[in-house]
Amino acid sequence: MDLSFSPEEEEFRREVQSFLRDKLPQSLSGKVRTGKRLTKQDYEQWHAILNERGWLAHHWPVDYGGPGWTVGQSAIFDEETALAHAPRIIPFGVSMLGPVLIRYGSEEQKRHWLPRILDGTDWWCQGYSEPGAGSDLASLKCAAVRDGDHYVVNGQKTWTTLGQYADMIFCLVRTSSEGKKQEGISFLLIDMKTPGVEVRPIILLDGEHEVNEVFFSDVRVPVENLVGEENRGWTYAKYLLTYERTNIAGVGVSMAAFRELKAIASRQKKNGRPLLEDPLFVARLARLEIDLENMKTTNLRVLAAAGKGAAPVAESSMLKIRGTEIRQEITSLMRRALGPYAQPFVSEALDEGYEGEAVGPEYAAPVSADYFNNRKLSIFGGSNEVQREIITKAILEL
Amino acid sequence: MDFSYSEDRQMVADILARYVQQRYPMETRHRISGSGMGWSPDHWAALAEMGIAGMLFPQTGGGFGGGGFDIALVFDQIGRGLIVEPFLGVLMAGHALILAGGQEELVGEVIAGTKLLAFAHEEADSRYDPAAISCVARKAGDDWMLTGGKAVVPQVQAADRIVVSARISGSAGEAAGISLFLVEAGCAGLSVRAYPMIDGGRGGELALAGARATLLSDNGFAIIEQAIAAGTVALCWEAIGIMDELKAQTLEYLRTRTQFGAPIGKFQALQHRMATVALEIEQARSAAINAAAALESDHAVRERAVSAAKYTIGRVGTLVAEEAIQLHGGIGMTWELPLSHYAKRLTMIGHQLGDEDYHLERFASLGRAVA
Ligand SMILES: Cc1cc2nc3c(=O)[nH]c(=O)nc-3n(C[C@H](O)[C@H](O)[C@H](O)COP(=O)(O)OP(=O)(O)OC[C@H]3O[C@@H](n4cnc5c(N)ncnc54)[C@H](O)[C@@H]3O)c2cc1C
Repeated sequence: MDLSFSPEEEEFRREVQSFLRDKLPQSLSGKVRTGKRLTKQDYEQWHAILNERGWLAHHWPVDYGGPGWTVGQSAIFDEETALAHAPRIIPFGVSMLGPVLIRYGSEEQKRHWLPRILDGTDWWCQGYSEPGAGSDLASLKCAAVRDGDHYVVNGQKTWTTLGQYADMIFCLVRTSSEGKKQEGISFLLIDMKTPGVEVRPIILLDGEHEVNEVFFSDVRVPVENLVGEENRGWTYAKYLLTYERTNIAGVGVSMAAFRELKAIASRQKKNGRPLLEDPLFVARLARLEIDLENMKTTNLRVLAAAGKGAAPVAESSMLKIRGTEIRQEITSLMRRALGPYAQPFVSEALDEGYEGEAVGPEYAAPVSADYFNNRKLSIFGGSNEVQREIITKAILEL
Repeated sequence: MDFSYSEDRQMVADILARYVQQRYPMETRHRISGSGMGWSPDHWAALAEMGIAGMLFPQTGGGFGGGGFDIALVFDQIGRGLIVEPFLGVLMAGHALILAGGQEELVGEVIAGTKLLAFAHEEADSRYDPAAISCVARKAGDDWMLTGGKAVVPQVQAADRIVVSARISGSAGEAAGISLFLVEAGCAGLSVRAYPMIDGGRGGELALAGARATLLSDNGFAIIEQAIAAGTVALCWEAIGIMDELKAQTLEYLRTRTQFGAPIGKFQALQHRMATVALEIEQARSAAINAAAALESDHAVRERAVSAAKYTIGRVGTLVAEEAIQLHGGIGMTWELPLSHYAKRLTMIGHQLGDEDYHLERFASLGRAVA
């Protein structure tokens, strides 16, 4: 057993750190650190900076523009970027569609779409869920009917994250209602500007416009936008869902957030002493830290096994469950740390350039909204209940 | 033993429940909650007319309730309707005025609905400790001048008069020397920074720079503890009302939402989660009953029951709010569904008048004192 990174990997860590020092604009890291809203341009700027260095699609094969990193390097990159308060990489093009195209797309599709993901020409969004098809995704109804050189799409998608920014949406659509419902699904790329596509906002409980409903009425999509074969879309969708394992645990994000939590607890006061000295709060922090340390190693074990070709189905569900629980617990403790100041919520204070006076400690502004928003972590990407179903199916063998 | 309300109390509860259903639906609530005022004079007047403000106060103070279960029945309904009106401040400040004495006329106007009160006690660094008061009072002729700050005062903008705690001697952390004052809203030396709350309604920070005040009592601490006890019982019952709503809404969803060809309530994984939620809510209700029953008891009995209840509500409230959202899936995350607003309010009750950890510790130390 050797838990340490290799000297080459440690050298790589220093390279990432120096890149972040030089290239990550403070205008971006400042916003991330203080929980301000990021704009579309902010994300695009960060994507462009990473792309220039060849680090945007870091799990793509070298032939397609990936840097050829080991799993260890990927883990280091995730950790360091999170600790430096870099914006997240928007996953829809880079982490979701890219790998599917690389594995199942035609040469022409790869040549056309992959460079546009890298250079930011297309902002992608994910059109899987429907009002009647959430956990039971295979029951989706949004239909595509072949008409000459086109598919004609009718139906609805929902919960489409940042669909309001998107140029393109990759959709699971029904192309057949015969046989098993998984066997009539196709994977289609749709231009959001096509006539008949309508995007309507859904406001979340924190007041933010983050997700959307997308309606399709007689939307004509050229047949060359079908990925792979008709009625094989479920296979590609499953590949996509299990592909992105490296970051499922969100170790880097949790490490950065935990550090912030400790900083808050050292500044909040209870009985005239720092909250960081309160036995009850410290016990909560300690339990969380232990869980996080344990998960870091679990994550590396899963990555190492995956690097050797294993397909860790149950383990990746374990990482999703525990990773999201830890992130939720961190925001929960941040909220608790604030005491009465968890209640005020001045939404404008989260905008860039807000000049008003802070209510209470300046780090309080985004905390409760973040806590409520992060309830989503255990719902999307396969709910934590569905993940437990996957684990028991894999281990129980009944 | 009898765990039901008396007939006349039940009648008040029913009238209030009907009002909430018919006159305070969710769209109305959101409109009021998000307005610049964050409360509604029309609704306040109507509710006072129905005698709801009077239910909060004992006969000795001109009201017709004021006991633990009177407060309980009102706040239970406030929870069910997610009412943002300034009941909590009126309750706590009103109890303080009655205990201090000499303000019968003002209390009468409060009960009639023509005057509103706020209770400004906690400070930026006091973190629930009722003795951690730094605000100071200096004598100025017949009056007093207050200097300092008060933090996160619910619906302070609505108040005509504010009950404010300040020291005439001692320093933060000492119970002795804390006195209670009455301050006129809008008076010189008083400024209010008001803001929206994440769970609806508004709150505010008070800055006092030599604000003129009337002394209510120089034995402030005992009164403050009683006012906080009444406020805590109120919050516990507001939470009970909210939890009953969350449970009902979630059960209904489990029965009607289908995935994999069955109502999701057929999945045993979710059934057991709901069973735990139901069990915990009943435990929380018992805690809230204990606290309401102890409100007029001696200090030691009262305070332990109050802390036991608020601890339980804090712990169970978080569980119920999180489970209600989770079991709804994506739809539970939306602004449009009332459920998310119940969940937010329930969570934030955990941040008012002492959180779970504060009351756990307090319960333990009060126990040591008794033993
Ligand atoms: C903020 C946010 C962003 C999202 N972004 C996107 C996006 O960009 N693109 C996209 O396609 N989708 C997106 N989603 C949708 C997300 O994937 C779904 O919400 C998720 O799959 C759950 O589906 P549902 O909401 O319909 O809940 P349901 O499936 O109806 O589930 C309700 C509850 O039942 C439980 N449940 C369901 N089935 C079972 C079972 N068999 N056993 C035990 N428990 C079960 C669930 O875990 C949940 O607790 C997003 C969701 C959110 C909240």
